[in-house]
Amino acid sequence: MQVQVPDAEALAVRILRGERSAVASGLNLLDNALPAARECATALLTALASRRWQDGDAQPNAQRDTHLIGITGPPGAGKSSLLAALIGEWRGAGHTVAVLAVDPSSRPEAGGGALLGDRIRIKRSEADDGLFIRSLASRHQLGGLANEVWPMARLLLACFDRVVIETVGVGQTEIDIAEIADTVCYVAQPASGDTIQYLKSGIMEIPDVFAINKADLGGAAHKTAAEVGRIASSKSAHPDRGEGWDYPVCLVSATHNTGIAELAVHLQRHHTYLLDSAQLMARRHRHQAAWLIRLLRDDFGHFGLELVGGRDALMQRFDQTAGDALTDYAQLRKEILSRFH
Amino acid sequence: MTTQREKPWLMRTYSGHSSAKASNTLFRTNLAKGQTGLSVAFDLPTQTGYDADSPLARGEVGKVGVPIAHIGDMDQLFDQIPLDQMNTSMTINATAPWLLAMYIGLAEKRGIDAKLLSGTTQNDIIKEYLSRGTYIYPPVPSMRMIADTINYTVKHVPKWNPTNICSYHLQEAGATPVQELAYALCTATTVLDRVMASGAISAAEFTPVVERISFFVNAGIRFIEETCKMRAFGEMWDELTRTRYQVSDPKARRFRYGVQVNSLGLTEPQPENNVQRIVLEMLAVVLSKNARARAVQLPAWNEAMGLPRPWDQQWALRMQQVMAFETDLLEYGDIFDGSPVIAAKVAELIAGAKAEIANVEAQGGMIAAIESGYIKRELVTSHMKRLRAIESGELKIIGVNSFTETAESPLMAGNDGGIMKVDPAAEREQIERLQAHRAQRNQADVDAALRALTDAAKGTDNIMPSSIRCAHAGVTTGEWGDTLRAVFGEFRPPTGIDISASAEPKGKANQVASLRARVAETGKTLGRPLKLLVGKPGLDGHSNGAEQIAVKARDIGFEVVYDGIRLTPQQIAQAAEEEGVHMVGISILSGSHMELVESVLQEMKARDLGQVPVIVGGIIPQEDADRLLASGVRAVYTPKDFDMNAIMCDMVNVIRRQYGLEPQGELVPAG
Repeated sequence: MQVQVPDAEALAVRILRGERSAVASGLNLLDNALPAARECATALLTALASRRWQDGDAQPNAQRDTHLIGITGPPGAGKSSLLAALIGEWRGAGHTVAVLAVDPSSRPEAGGGALLGDRIRIKRSEADDGLFIRSLASRHQLGGLANEVWPMARLLLACFDRVVIETVGVGQTEIDIAEIADTVCYVAQPASGDTIQYLKSGIMEIPDVFAINKADLGGAAHKTAAEVGRIASSKSAHPDRGEGWDYPVCLVSATHNTGIAELAVHLQRHHTYLLDSAQLMARRHRHQAAWLIRLLRDDFGHFGLELVGGRDALMQRFDQTAGDALTDYAQLRKEILSRFH
Repeated sequence: MTTQREKPWLMRTYSGHSSAKASNTLFRTNLAKGQTGLSVAFDLPTQTGYDADSPLARGEVGKVGVPIAHIGDMDQLFDQIPLDQMNTSMTINATAPWLLAMYIGLAEKRGIDAKLLSGTTQNDIIKEYLSRGTYIYPPVPSMRMIADTINYTVKHVPKWNPTNICSYHLQEAGATPVQELAYALCTATTVLDRVMASGAISAAEFTPVVERISFFVNAGIRFIEETCKMRAFGEMWDELTRTRYQVSDPKARRFRYGVQVNSLGLTEPQPENNVQRIVLEMLAVVLSKNARARAVQLPAWNEAMGLPRPWDQQWALRMQQVMAFETDLLEYGDIFDGSPVIAAKVAELIAGAKAEIANVEAQGGMIAAIESGYIKRELVTSHMKRLRAIESGELKIIGVNSFTETAESPLMAGNDGGIMKVDPAAEREQIERLQAHRAQRNQADVDAALRALTDAAKGTDNIMPSSIRCAHAGVTTGEWGDTLRAVFGEFRPPTGIDISASAEPKGKANQVASLRARVAETGKTLGRPLKLLVGKPGLDGHSNGAEQIAVKARDIGFEVVYDGIRLTPQQIAQAAEEEGVHMVGISILSGSHMELVESVLQEMKARDLGQVPVIVGGIIPQEDADRLLASGVRAVYTPKDFDMNAIMCDMVNVIRRQYGLEPQGELVPAG
């Protein structure tokens, strides 16, 4: 059978105009593993680059308007309901929102399928053209995020004001989400061992904002907030990040819709902080470099990476090419491919 | 012959369709045939608080019951039926306070004292969250409204059963007898505890509250065990009301229940066999005098195929009449007292139910166990077990997985295909009547009544008086529903299916392995894993079928977006687009499949998704299935398709054909 590959330039133009069908086609393309689709996907990402996502000088307002947020936390913490409430807040303020909701895949020997149940909890009851939800399976990334997540987030940032990645916070996803999002929000459930485990697990430096959900539980929520707050504010938890950032802890209740506006303000505040301290683009470029290397490794393996200089050299190279890293990445793909022929 | 006979139970038929006028005619015909009470079926917009002209109501108006939009409709529904002499049961839950308010309002209008009204509002929201799906509001305000109706009726409508705790729908969702006992009794104590906590009724006056709690129970084909379940219910309720609520009068502790026998086990193949199933199931609830039902309604033999016609309903009523008036059943006392076999089975059920009740209470009670998804998971697991037993042939269903040879049934031969057709003009006519009603009422009265309703909802006043005021002012069902939606918000269900494991039926591992290979191979050829959207358009909340398909598809390697119930065709098309799925599966059991599927296909085309195949499952007559296939649907699955592996095999081939790949052959037989 023939795979239908769209025209990358034309698709990029339609995506930048915010056409929903183009956004959907673009995401399908980024998800497609066939060689022709991979080439086209690279061309699409390149065509979308140097637009709203970066180029802060040329389009300062556009950059200010886009925010990539990762929401993580243990299963059962109420991430989806909280996200639904946040979406209400953002939509009320006139921002458009896209969500990438990630659910786990079953083990390959159990079929590798997935039940993606976040959409049902996140969606709004009325039709809303300013909200776009794509559910993703984690596929076989050992608990981490699927390779497709970063390119998809990139695409969505080209046409939505707020892009949220919702993950099940276990193990590797914590690390992965920190390598994608501008801002990471950790959702904790009061009186749950998970949160304490998390605090002890040594990855406390990842979240920028903490939300203690189910504040309606009262005492337990306040106690958890106090514990999280104590650790979040300790210097040792953040040895090399966040100079000048206060790591806020908010008490929220998705069910009673309380604390949501405050949480939205803290997220916005973090975005402003990143911009004002000139960290936003640095962060995005660092993430981009890490994910481009990951994509190359996924397609060509360590051997392929070594052919073009190895991981460390590539990290440096992408950091330097920054705004043109995608063009560079497309070039590297061609180089490696030619070596294989 | 002058033998002393017991008085028979109330005989009802669950009915209502098209319009208040048509349903009134049906009611009066049924009463003339010897029916002794009414059981009103409302349509889904009425059950979920929407007016007939709401976009969500499209295709659903008058389908599974009667549309009642305002007190004028209620008046027409009970035309020439004396409310003070009738026993009326209403299957109504999320909007129960509203339908009861219109019933009371109508009595007031006719000059009848509300104290004379007798009947039942189902008013059990918990099983709506678990199984039936016609919930609107979250648990906290929903439980408060149940408490409000109880507090109101105990004082002002004392012969009314304000809530009818349902285990019926739990069995339909897969519950075992032990689960039915446990979850029904947990629901009852949740309701009673809530009423007690409201403080509206003093502890000393609590006995009438307990006494008015009635139950709505299911009876399946295992009629000995089901008889024991009814006796277990009686014993457990007696103990619970005595110890937990200090009810000293044994009469007030009696387990009062009505029954609709099992629909889950009715089959589409050889549907005449359903007649004996229904009769045998009735035995479970009438044989034991001490555990006999107060009211019985029987399904019609053709329920698995569509809506029953008046003749089908008459047949079901005659089964009851033969049992009550021709047999000697009512001449004897309890024929099971003293049987050690029965006593042992009852004791076993009670022990199991007590353990499960303790388990639920340890999790923080029924509401917490629903919100965590625990109960739903337990039910889905039980249901999957049953389906696997049918697939493997361990559980025999005559005409389905054994003795499938059959001559052609003359019952299905009529011009109507053996089922009732709702007049397609019913929806348009109801909308016209509704709009005429809105135009002729006093808008200032309506606005004031709705403001008072909002105030009561926001505060602590009982919801009933302001609802009755709304009824008199001519407020509509949609307005009442929307006003409270604005105050209470809407319930979002935990899907409950995401964690449920599904082991494979015995002897089918080779088929599953083959399916997994096919899904993986097809996905690889197309460039990404096969992705499926499963959802239910319209207002029908029976999600079991959709959930089974979703879980099974996941098990063979699909990535499945489960989007739940109550979706508009527009939302389904939008989800299909956003999610980039290879196929859309929709499930409809309310009989609205023609309108809803047509709308879904239109919305898909409007989004340039005409190439994404749509498959449909539900209670769909063959004639309609043929029309759906002609209109572009790729496959239709009905209750006769019970072999899930065969359905999955077909689904993969639908995708393969759609995307230009060779379909693969049938699965090798299990082994």
